[in-house]
Amino acid sequence: MSMINYASREINCKIVYYGPGLGGKTTNLEHVYGKVAPDTRGKLISLATETERTLFFDFLPVDLGTIRGFKTRFHLYTVPGQVYYNASRKLILKGVDGIVFVGDSQLERMEANQEAMQNLYDNMAEYGYDLTKMPFVIQYNKRDLPNASPIRDLQAALNPGWEVTESSRMRVTPDAYHAGENLIEQLPTGEWIERAQYFEAVAVSGDGVFDTLKGVSKLVLKSLA
Amino acid sequence: MPVRAASWSFTEDDFRAITTALERFLTDCNARCALLVDRTGQLVATVGERPNFDPTAFATLTAADFSANDQLAKLIGENDFSSLFHQGEKESMYLADIARRVILVVLFDNRTTLGLVRLKMRPTVLQLTELFEQVFTRAARDAGSAPNILAGADDEIDKLFQ
Repeated sequence: MSMINYASREINCKIVYYGPGLGGKTTNLEHVYGKVAPDTRGKLISLATETERTLFFDFLPVDLGTIRGFKTRFHLYTVPGQVYYNASRKLILKGVDGIVFVGDSQLERMEANQEAMQNLYDNMAEYGYDLTKMPFVIQYNKRDLPNASPIRDLQAALNPGWEVTESSRMRVTPDAYHAGENLIEQLPTGEWIERAQYFEAVAVSGDGVFDTLKGVSKLVLKSLA
Repeated sequence: MPVRAASWSFTEDDFRAITTALERFLTDCNARCALLVDRTGQLVATVGERPNFDPTAFATLTAADFSANDQLAKLIGENDFSSLFHQGEKESMYLADIARRVILVVLFDNRTTLGLVRLKMRPTVLQLTELFEQVFTRAARDAGSAPNILAGADDEIDKLFQ
């Protein structure tokens, strides 16, 4: 739920990083915190257990620039990835404007990824939000690991596409980040499908972290325009 | 199914009305500071002594605190807890729900008492509830027809992320 404050001339939006446990959600926020100028970000808040596992959420506010005289403030949240914490995870989704699903590329985490994605759809549906119609990107993290699944397998499992029903949207839309791929396209069966924008990342070294953040923030602002 | 959470905005007039109500309340009960936070954790207004902590972080934790307590309320068969009280050795805080969308947080110390804060809070909560209901009714009525400050700003948005 974005909030426009005409008194302080700010647009506030909420972005949630979702995904399986130990997938790199907190690492994404830590990298952003470490790299952006201190005057454009607030404090990084982590409600974590003693073993540094997220208990409730991590939170980082960042300013991404000014549009039409309004400062764009993004509140970045992560959720606890562990299955056990679903009640708290669901609370964080309240009023979300954009979602980043941080998938773990490791072959043996495929099932955990799918479970987390299903959980995301279910929790969003409980709030009455339709994930396929809001700013949503996927980040495949840990691309540097030797046991990383090929992107095409991850896409097939986590981002197979949803049916496009509005005829005005039934036109081939190329993926600006991956040459030769499309976000919206027609299948040989005649059905039109749309996939979420995806990014490859190695969050520990920061690769792809800002591309992901920029990607989702742009979608959020465009959804307000 | 709504596509996404609706956005809301408030004008400078709303802001003035909110701060006037809160300033009067602070004078009446001798509390230090009042903050208004929306349920998603965005800070709406701060009135009174300037807090010496990060207000954005404070707002986020307040919203999380309230949401977690709402769920606890449901577990024991209540709809919600409309107010919460956290007592410290020197500083305490009292939180109250406004129109199910905003939380009023009052920080106070031993210059006043919990009883006085609660007593003076009741009419303030009613007044703010009315005010915010007007804001939200207007937001719902204007949805789609209100002038959108970002309308046609696609190029500007693209430039921001180059």
